[in-house]
Amino acid sequence: MSDKMAVIGDKDSVFAFKAVGVDVFGAASEGEAKERLKELVKENYKVIFLTEDLAEKLQAFLERYKTTPYPAVIPIPRSGQAQGFAMESLKRDMEKAIGADILFRDGK
Amino acid sequence: MTRLNVNPTRQELRRLRERLKTSVRGHKLLKDKTDEMIRQFCILIRENKQLREEVEADLGRALENFSSAKAVMDERALEEAFLLPASSVTLTCGEKSVMSVAVPDIEVHEETKGNAPYAYATVSSEVDYSVSALAAVLPKLVRLASVEKTCNLLANEIERTKRRVNALEYVLIPQYEETIRYIVMKLDENERGATTRLMKVKDMLAADRGAQV
Repeated sequence: MSDKMAVIGDKDSVFAFKAVGVDVFGAASEGEAKERLKELVKENYKVIFLTEDLAEKLQAFLERYKTTPYPAVIPIPRSGQAQGFAMESLKRDMEKAIGADILFRDGK
Repeated sequence: MTRLNVNPTRQELRRLRERLKTSVRGHKLLKDKTDEMIRQFCILIRENKQLREEVEADLGRALENFSSAKAVMDERALEEAFLLPASSVTLTCGEKSVMSVAVPDIEVHEETKGNAPYAYATVSSEVDYSVSALAAVLPKLVRLASVEKTCNLLANEIERTKRRVNALEYVLIPQYEETIRYIVMKLDENERGATTRLMKVKDMLAADRGAQV
């Protein structure tokens, strides 16, 4: 069985994914992205990549997908440099689980 | 610590001792579970961080290339070129269990169709580069997705289990111990009371008999 994978983001950043066979959905605003995300989850997309800026704005909304194995909603950087939101959320997870920072303490 | 509101009877004592035993065992099991989960989590989070750094760098570069390529090309031509994907990627999404937490297990099947599906004449070379770079980073991206999700889920589960361990350690178990101590003391007291009463009655009977004689 093959499962589907999608990218949501502003068109400039995510259009390239079309070339490698990932379904691309443009979303200009956070509201649009939210609606699109709901639809995609309903349509049984298993892995959904979301650009960092949108993921940051939809943070509270994304919490609801954190308790089940699928769908996996993963932030990706927009074109250019990463803004560090994804790393932030990594750090938060770590603090939640261990209560201390074991990866970033070396001043990074 | 507050003690439970129970009748100080032998039956209750037996019941509480049973529950204390179960709680202590449960506490030990849960504690072991957290320890192991944290160990797994530490391994995974390291991998997660490394993967993310790599992916962010690669992907950022690929996307940047792409957008600069896009700048020099007509958008409609580009869209036309990408009507057919150059390679298709399918996923097989399974689940596996890490310490009985269901986590995603994703396999990537890449299907390259050899040549790019567009005519090289219409598309600039930057696009070629960025597309092949993107194709190269995609499996890593999927791997990142599964690792990151696993970390999310594990973090949640660790937090929950920790809370349970603490509830057992600092609330439930002390409560049981205190209640058991209370019942034992109460029962002992009753027993002493009964003994003194008997002695007293015996004395009174003896005094009675002495008076009669």
